[in-house]
Amino acid sequence: MIVLKYIAFALTSIIVGLLFMGLGRKYSARIHRRYGPPFWQSYLDVIKLFSKTSISHHWVMDFGIMMGLAGILATIAFLPIGPFHLFNSMNGNIIIMLYFMTIGYLGMAMGVSASGNPNSAIGIARALTLMLGYEIPFVIVVISLIFINKSSLLSVMVANQAGGFLHWNMIRYPLGFIAAEMALQGMLGEKPFDAMIAPSEIASGPMVELSGKMMGLGFLQHAAQIFLETAIITSLFLGGSSNVWIFFLKMFVLYLVSLSINAVSARFKFENAVKWFWKWPMALSLAQLLIVIL
Amino acid sequence: MVLEMAHGTFACATFNRDFIRGVDMLITSRNDLRDNGWERILNYFRKKSMWMLHYCTGCGAMELPPTMTSRWDMERFGIGPMATPRQADLLLVTGYLSIKSLKRVIYTYEQMQDPKWLIAFGSCPLNGGIYYDSYTVINRLALYLPIDLSIEGCMPRPEAVINGFNTLMKGIEKGTAVGYKKYKENYEWYKKNQDAILNRTKPVFDSGVKS
Repeated sequence: MIVLKYIAFALTSIIVGLLFMGLGRKYSARIHRRYGPPFWQSYLDVIKLFSKTSISHHWVMDFGIMMGLAGILATIAFLPIGPFHLFNSMNGNIIIMLYFMTIGYLGMAMGVSASGNPNSAIGIARALTLMLGYEIPFVIVVISLIFINKSSLLSVMVANQAGGFLHWNMIRYPLGFIAAEMALQGMLGEKPFDAMIAPSEIASGPMVELSGKMMGLGFLQHAAQIFLETAIITSLFLGGSSNVWIFFLKMFVLYLVSLSINAVSARFKFENAVKWFWKWPMALSLAQLLIVIL
Repeated sequence: MVLEMAHGTFACATFNRDFIRGVDMLITSRNDLRDNGWERILNYFRKKSMWMLHYCTGCGAMELPPTMTSRWDMERFGIGPMATPRQADLLLVTGYLSIKSLKRVIYTYEQMQDPKWLIAFGSCPLNGGIYYDSYTVINRLALYLPIDLSIEGCMPRPEAVINGFNTLMKGIEKGTAVGYKKYKENYEWYKKNQDAILNRTKPVFDSGVKS
């Protein structure tokens, strides 16, 4: 039973993530005053990618790409999606989730480094450096929330925010929310923090050597990642929801905010991005922590 | 605006000085290579999501930014620019090719994963265009790589480019855009043509220094 439920969780995350990507592309297109692709474009892309031949340079490359997707899907197992969850005792344990999310990135790093292309090595080095930037303020925000709720479970945090808009952590702890929102921008890899992708400088970074099915797996990983990261922020700050559709709607609003910033920003150099993360979100999150503790 | 699908039967151009006698094409008709069955279903998704790589040596590259951005917006057909040959389905050769850059186009084409399509852009890859008598520029790309679609014009306007993409989409749906299969079947023929022309880029004077 739990296996079937897990498969449903994984499929939901991928399908909803791809839908978000498609709607997001349409939304960006409208900001650019273009017509844009249909919102189901991401599904077509994935099916097309899996219908192509692909080339692998090393068995570690195959393994790493699969580990990247598996790491994100494993994290989904701990995520409460609206009223649904898999494990009662670990209903959204944020500490486990932060650990598991890293596996996805490390798998991707291993896979693309094995491809032997210098551009992908540069890209993944940037991605991991940037992770160092946004993880620290995000973890400080999470620590202050754990301190308030006396629990590291997302389900408890969601329950404590029940009772209307004014009880959301977004309103009660605005500094922490802004810091987390900045970190989310980095997590999603949207501009101004997309130095690891940078198609015009390093030829799309980690994806340089990914062809056909590998690229398809990378696409699915990105979709699941969008789902996971927006879902975490929704549970932490936007009060979650007992209705799945409202939960998805809140996640989608978060994603649209991120895309709006993406559509009008230029790209940070990655060392500047890390400095920026250690300056502003860090200051905000530390201020929030002090306010909470004192 | 004249659009022409790749030649079904490959007429050998005896007037072209690049043409090499000796090896015949094994398969000349694209009807022999047509996609069938399951492939036809997948072709629906392939035609709806074509990622392109543009090889920008010629002036045709100038026509692509307006085609991609707000004014003509090719993304509404699911066509988008990609950064590397590994990810791409379409290769756009935008204009003339010197013999040296032909070598790079061949590398790029062979790095792409099947199914893949090659679009020759403007009149230069068809007949040499204004460089028809140049000693460094090739006249017919079709002798070295299988062209799926030629968009004529000097240069083709964005409308012509988008019209060309739509023609290619129809070809893909019918299963007749199979240049990559033709390349595999007739590899010997193409290789012979490529070798003959690329030999001309070897240095005349050999200094004897190994690089």
